[in-house]
Amino acid sequence: MSVSGITTAPGGLSPMPGAAPRRRILLSQALHEIRTTLRNGEQLLLTLVIPLLLLVGLSHLPTDLVGHSPSIDAVAPGVLALAVMSTAFTGQAIATGFERRYGVLKLLGATPLGRSGLVVAKTLGVLAVEVVQILLVAVVAFVLGWQPVGSAPSAVLLLVLGTAAFSALGLLLAGLLRAEATLAVANGVYLLLLAVGGVVIPADRLPAGVASVVSLLPSSALGQGLRDVLLHGQVFPLGPVVILLVWALVAGTITVRTFRWS
Amino acid sequence: MARAEVAVEITDLAVSYGSTHALGGLSFEVPAGQITALLGPNGAGKTTTIEVCEGYLSPDSGSVRVWGLDPVRDCAALRPRVGVMLQDGGIYSSIRAVPMLRHLASFYANPLDVDDLVARLGLGGVRATYRRMSGGEKQRLALACAVVGRPDLVFLDEPSAGMDPQTRLAAWDLVEQLRADGVTVVLTTHLIDEAERLADQVVIIDHGRLVTSGPTGELVGGGGVLSFTASEGLDLVPLRTRLPAGAVVLEGPPGHYRVEGEVGPQVLSAVGSWADALGVSPRDISTGRRSLEDVFLDLTGRELRS
Repeated sequence: MSVSGITTAPGGLSPMPGAAPRRRILLSQALHEIRTTLRNGEQLLLTLVIPLLLLVGLSHLPTDLVGHSPSIDAVAPGVLALAVMSTAFTGQAIATGFERRYGVLKLLGATPLGRSGLVVAKTLGVLAVEVVQILLVAVVAFVLGWQPVGSAPSAVLLLVLGTAAFSALGLLLAGLLRAEATLAVANGVYLLLLAVGGVVIPADRLPAGVASVVSLLPSSALGQGLRDVLLHGQVFPLGPVVILLVWALVAGTITVRTFRWS
Repeated sequence: MARAEVAVEITDLAVSYGSTHALGGLSFEVPAGQITALLGPNGAGKTTTIEVCEGYLSPDSGSVRVWGLDPVRDCAALRPRVGVMLQDGGIYSSIRAVPMLRHLASFYANPLDVDDLVARLGLGGVRATYRRMSGGEKQRLALACAVVGRPDLVFLDEPSAGMDPQTRLAAWDLVEQLRADGVTVVLTTHLIDEAERLADQVVIIDHGRLVTSGPTGELVGGGGVLSFTASEGLDLVPLRTRLPAGAVVLEGPPGHYRVEGEVGPQVLSAVGSWADALGVSPRDISTGRRSLEDVFLDLTGRELRS
């Protein structure tokens, strides 16, 4: 496993510049991002423990409270949305915010990885962690009796668009605020959206005035879109897809313009 | 003989942060294969200068060429060739030394042997994560990160800040070995002894402008100093007539005299006969080379350590 160079006389430090193949660099950084996330206790709490606890807890709620029988069918799509939000938004924002503060983004930007490579690797890392989350949530949900319906490609499209929108928002925070502020805001927004953002609890169960606003949020669009597909069997959830796309494009554009690397 | 290769060429470089002019018309060259020290007090513009060379900042005017390339436009070509040590940080807070170096090494085609590099810098016994390392350990790891990809040019921003004397020697040894193996090194420092010990060429900057630059030996070797103390306000005119051409005498703080120039027997005998004629006996006589600090003071009238 050792990355060994060829040491040549006299001091063994003679220049031999050259970048590794692009694919190897991106893979190396993506694996590093994944390892860092999966080894971090607070991140695991956020990305796996809370979603799984909610999945188990909410699936045992009475069906009249959830509005569907069996409860697990209504709860599982929302928990998938929460998993995406926790990794792409909260986890990525906090990690990137501190990397920026400690100069890591700055230094890596000067290596062959470069800034664009770093963004690509972070995205690959987020997607890989999401695959682990989705598999675990799905397995537990199946054990609890989940019977999803609907179009798998539509569900995947929603998950990808949700990742894009929440990644852009997470990086927007990380590139703009101080690391401590990013930590506070990313956690606070996570809790707020979990409670009233239409993720697990559908927006239409909130008071009417609130509901119309909440249903335009990416959290509600992702949660409701996944419920439309996996619970109600809708083929293509146009509304949620458009909302997520707009969030991704708008937040992405602002992030690209405002992101500070150091 | 061909003109010596130039690693970095800076021409009329100007950089502002808002209304603050960090650099105003700086020009100098970094010869390939040498150690060049950017010396100056805090806030002189040293970090700004190398951050332009590293492609982090774009010049407001003027130009910077690194190996003949534009650091911003040609960053993809330069990144594998240029090693960077930031003034502070750049390393994951919860990572240990060896995993950090192995990770960076994976970006390069022919990286240095990580175990060897760790041993050279005395980081082999360091088990702490970056966050818990001492200042000197952090600096040595950052130095290792800058060189692990086998660059032909490294920029080191205050490399020995926070190091104790022993680890500073280990870092200096590594920098000298880099030069011996053909790597071009540009470092910033406000430490005169570091510049004198390491640098082939010194570039002194202050207030974002070039004060002077040249081979270290020429800057410091352009004469010696003879200093002594005696009673205040002695008449220096008779001494000036006795001194050889090119030697200058002045009274600094009252009672402290300095003769600058080629300090040899002629100067010593001139001082002796002058003192004898006045009936005074000079005390604390010492001779030495002009230091970079003297050079800086002469040119700016300011203390270097500010």
